[in-house]
Amino acid sequence: MREDTGYYDHWPYRDRPKITWPGGARVAFWVAPNIEFYELDPPKNPARTAWPHPYPAVPGYSIRDYGNRVGHMRQMKLLEKYGIRGSISLSTALCTHHPEIIELCKERDWEFFTHGIYNTRYTYGMSEAEERAMILESMETIERAVGQKPAGYLAPALSHSEVTVDLFAELGGLYTCDLFHDDQPTPVKVRGGQRFVSVPYSLELNDTIVYVVNKIEPRRYGQMIKDSFDRLYAEGAKSGTVMCIPTHNYQVSCPHRMKAFEEALEYITGRSDVWVTTGREIAEHYLAHGYDRCAADIAARNGGQ
Amino acid sequence: MSMAIDTASTQYPKRRYGMDHERYEWSMLSTRKPVAWPGGKKLALWVNVSLQHFPMNPAGKPVKLPGSMTMPYPDLRHFTLRDYGNRVGIYRFLDAFKRYGIKPTFAINAQLAQRYPALLHDVLDHGGEVLGHSWNMDTPHAGGLDEATEADTIRRSLDTLRAATGQPVRGWLSPGRLESPNTPELLKAHGIEYFCDWVNDDMPYPFHTRHGDLWAMPLPTEIEDRFVIMDNQHAEASWAQQVIDAGQMLLSEAREQGGRILSLSIHPWVLGQPHRIKHLETVLEALSAEPEIWCAGAGEILDAFVSQT
Repeated sequence: MREDTGYYDHWPYRDRPKITWPGGARVAFWVAPNIEFYELDPPKNPARTAWPHPYPAVPGYSIRDYGNRVGHMRQMKLLEKYGIRGSISLSTALCTHHPEIIELCKERDWEFFTHGIYNTRYTYGMSEAEERAMILESMETIERAVGQKPAGYLAPALSHSEVTVDLFAELGGLYTCDLFHDDQPTPVKVRGGQRFVSVPYSLELNDTIVYVVNKIEPRRYGQMIKDSFDRLYAEGAKSGTVMCIPTHNYQVSCPHRMKAFEEALEYITGRSDVWVTTGREIAEHYLAHGYDRCAADIAARNGGQ
Repeated sequence: MSMAIDTASTQYPKRRYGMDHERYEWSMLSTRKPVAWPGGKKLALWVNVSLQHFPMNPAGKPVKLPGSMTMPYPDLRHFTLRDYGNRVGIYRFLDAFKRYGIKPTFAINAQLAQRYPALLHDVLDHGGEVLGHSWNMDTPHAGGLDEATEADTIRRSLDTLRAATGQPVRGWLSPGRLESPNTPELLKAHGIEYFCDWVNDDMPYPFHTRHGDLWAMPLPTEIEDRFVIMDNQHAEASWAQQVIDAGQMLLSEAREQGGRILSLSIHPWVLGQPHRIKHLETVLEALSAEPEIWCAGAGEILDAFVSQT
């Protein structure tokens, strides 16, 4: 085991090269709905148990199913109302289980990136070949379903190996959502040397972390989103920042949580100088306009290697 | 290496259209036929009160239920805090229901109906449909429970409750919403028409058992008083705000997509406390003032729903 991820060098937030966004925007704002399929009876993983209850785990399984049956349409309509195209973190088995959801998102030109095959299949214990095959299969499923090769990866249920990010870069991916070390995109050092990017995907504003792990009240979550935006918007005057709201249809789309979320989206999209965009567009823009300058600055500050 | 996964972990035999099990059909709520409630109302309000007996000597097999004892025996602390609801809290609920014209349902542990006849009398006297809620809060229906034991618990609970209430007892709520693989079959075999354990929908839907379909009725955990206030430690005022926000959201959805249901699961040992009751009253006052809300019990709502399918 390593002491450090090895994916990036320390790089102080101060005095970095200026990041610019299209139209002179201060903040690149994206919403990442996780559209997931959890299995009722998944194979056992030696490192992590899928459900807290013995089979059938009705409480855990059924609330997640709520996200697909009920919640998806609610969040999709809300994002549409505020001119936001979702960047979907997709359990790709959902292309087979629930193709209707895929079609709805495709019609709206949403981005699809991979989140593994099922959110009840963990990377833990996979050999490198097994992990590569799983990621590749998930990428091919998306390409078959929507006609575009996915650019991003968020490992299923945030379960990683030491080579997760390397493998995705080798398979032709452009960006990872698995690193939470920054509020700007950063170059990622992958073993194959590909030009590869980390796009900020905030765990602190992830609705499942907020509601399930930290047990935050809905109105407070709305305030956290607004406060986060205010700060990233202010700092974005100097150099462009990224703000992401990762969501789950089984959390944020519950009737008692929609109002707070809507108020926050209204607040953000009502401001000028906000680039309402997708994960892929942020990664591509950064690769074209920021990556080389940033990589050079990081190298210079870390002894010029 | 002991950490390695087995081959099943990279195979996907249930990756197919629809669900990965046979219990119900895949169906997005937004694609279903709109439902109309009686009197042209938009939102059905169903308030369910769980009346519970937590034994002081729980076996906790196969699992311990939420709200059960946590201290070394004898846990006077939790036994009496739960029992408080059956002595004091419930009367605050009944008064509030009366004031705001709420028609509640009562999910009752059958042993409680037997232990506290005065409580049962007052609840029946107030009026409301009674739902099966197993024997007590130490008879969890969960994976690992053998079928004969579970069948006996369900039969005993329903026989007792039907005899004590004179009601048919059509509905069921499993304690902690847990189920064994056999629970749906056993409920259907014992004359249950609908159950409220699966929190995957906002409207009723048919749930398959080997003996015919049950109806799954929506009763969300996420807005339940115990979950929000005890598990999540949200302020009481926040719970009230969340319910009111949910009501407004569902009303606006119902105006576009047809009738919806706001169902509240509440416990007199939680909201019946003196510092919490006013927040329940705030909620009931706000909801009962909505002209588009229809207050009804679960069976009544289900009947109105089924008559349109």
